[in-house]
Amino acid sequence: MNTTEKYLVGVYDDEDEVLHAVTEVKGKGVKIEEVYTPFPIHGLDTAIGHPRTRIPIAAFLFGLTGLTCAQFLINYTMVFDWPMIIGGKDFFALPDWIPVTFEGTVLFTAFGMVFTFFVSNSLWPGKTPKTFDLRSTDDKFIMTINMGTNKKSEAEIEEILKASGAIEVNVKQF
Amino acid sequence: MSHVVSPIRETLVGGGRSYHDVTQDICKQVEGEPTKEWKIAFSVSCVIFAYGAYCLGYTWWQGIGVWGLNKTVGWAWDITNFVWWVGIGHAGTLISAVLLLFRQKWRTSINRAAEAMTIFAVLCAASFILAHMGRPWLAHWALPLPNTFGSIWVNFNSPLVWDVFAISTYLSVSLVFWYLGLIPDLATIRDRAQTKASKFWYGLFSVGWTGSAKTWARYEYVSLILAGISTPLVLSVHTIVSMDFATSVIPGWHTTIFPPYFVAGAIFSGFAMVQTLLLITRVAFKLEDYITMEHIEMMNIIITVTGSIVGIAYLTEFFIAWYSGVEYESYCFINRAFGPYWWAYWMMMTCNVISPQLFWFKSIRTNILISFILSVVVNVGMWFERFVIIVSSLHRDYIPSSWAMFSPTMYDIGDYIFSFGLFFTLFFLFAKFLPVINMAEVKAVMKGVSSNYPYKKKSEGGKESVTH
Repeated sequence: MNTTEKYLVGVYDDEDEVLHAVTEVKGKGVKIEEVYTPFPIHGLDTAIGHPRTRIPIAAFLFGLTGLTCAQFLINYTMVFDWPMIIGGKDFFALPDWIPVTFEGTVLFTAFGMVFTFFVSNSLWPGKTPKTFDLRSTDDKFIMTINMGTNKKSEAEIEEILKASGAIEVNVKQF
Repeated sequence: MSHVVSPIRETLVGGGRSYHDVTQDICKQVEGEPTKEWKIAFSVSCVIFAYGAYCLGYTWWQGIGVWGLNKTVGWAWDITNFVWWVGIGHAGTLISAVLLLFRQKWRTSINRAAEAMTIFAVLCAASFILAHMGRPWLAHWALPLPNTFGSIWVNFNSPLVWDVFAISTYLSVSLVFWYLGLIPDLATIRDRAQTKASKFWYGLFSVGWTGSAKTWARYEYVSLILAGISTPLVLSVHTIVSMDFATSVIPGWHTTIFPPYFVAGAIFSGFAMVQTLLLITRVAFKLEDYITMEHIEMMNIIITVTGSIVGIAYLTEFFIAWYSGVEYESYCFINRAFGPYWWAYWMMMTCNVISPQLFWFKSIRTNILISFILSVVVNVGMWFERFVIIVSSLHRDYIPSSWAMFSPTMYDIGDYIFSFGLFFTLFFLFAKFLPVINMAEVKAVMKGVSSNYPYKKKSEGGKESVTH
């Protein structure tokens, strides 16, 4: 078995060009693995065919968890464990607890969501990135095509990439 | 990118820059040797920091008896400085969160520095919270931790406890927001790194970022949701700070206008501080093409709007003090304006209400020197606002025999100096080791707003290799 993966790497120098190129290259039956860009391009992920992210759902669930935890903590301490009369209020003084409940919700949402973001993209401190072209974090837009998942020949795909506006087509092996 | 930009919009990135130029311009500060100016400025701030650390250390060691507080004026510079710094710490998140939700593209070149400033300002604020506790090593008593007294818990009905939660949540969420925005730029520096040390450190903190379309799509959602939750968060923080006062029964504090009034004041002073720092940064790092006159003018307009809201709040307070018919309230406000602290009151009025109105004139709000001076004036005024609210409300107690004045000792002043030392030391470190402008975000909006963008040249001149 061949353990190395072979990629064709198309280099573009404009975000509109790469966005059009994705549709064009896909239209010609080439499977695009990923596009690496120095900044977000709206609609690029859907053009490639990535499914919509479910991060907002995770964020909502984390928020719900935060709200529950905050309410649990306050109720446990103020109502059950050591109830005290403060300012003649009920033990269960819900309006007073809104600020802390809100902060708890926000805290859990933010941390939970960002943690999920790191995990789902498998990013962690010190990770060595799989870099196809160092310029993809500067000013170039990099389209990668995994030769293992494509039936067309290398020359054919290179032709398609060039026709779609790629300024360079390189071969990269991992 | 399919951005629709009105042709009447001013350009936000000048000088006909390409994406690579942006990377080059911003990374230059990080990659090069520190400049002589930076070294001098950093050394000065370290000296200030060291002197301040001595004063703060002495305060911690001896207790807050070294301050000029007395039985009547039990809160003075400590809480004034705390509220002042927290207020300043509002602009960063406001710029990155609220302006993101409103799709204001001019925020892209100022949000990074503003967010950094936010975090440092909140740290400065925290130093006063700790110091004013008197026994800072027991600061964890403000948290609901199990303990050997029962457990006896914190009082969740108290605004001071709300404040603990609000400030710590705000600090940590701002930090997360800031770091998330830094990751793509850290990856840019990593990919350009020449030395072993920078390869290691920027590699470590850029968490293996590659900028794949899938990651960017998730990143955009995360930013949007963070902005969505940070917007009410930033409003809640100063609301809760104001409740530290508003839920008490002290005349001058016990008013329902406090939350919106404090929030407007916070945005006002925060934008002024951002303006001060950016005007220095753009000259020091030669970023005139990124932080343009358009940015300066926009900031000045926001300063005028929030300054006017603050002005209306001052007048409303006065009106309500009379209209309520409460003698204590009326006395308190007349005493503020014409009592022994009249100078502080009129200082506040001049700096906060009158001076920002000068920005109605275009020639003034587009004048860099005047903008700089007024941005400092605003923050002087905002410091006096907090001083007036706190000290002038306290110093006339209900019993005239308790009436007192407050005068600061060298430790009151020294602890304030500490916060400046801390703030500028951190800011200079940030400016040297991290990209001061969010490269990824600036690049993302360049096509719509940059002057003379190369793409235009290309499509006019025609390029052989590109066929559509």
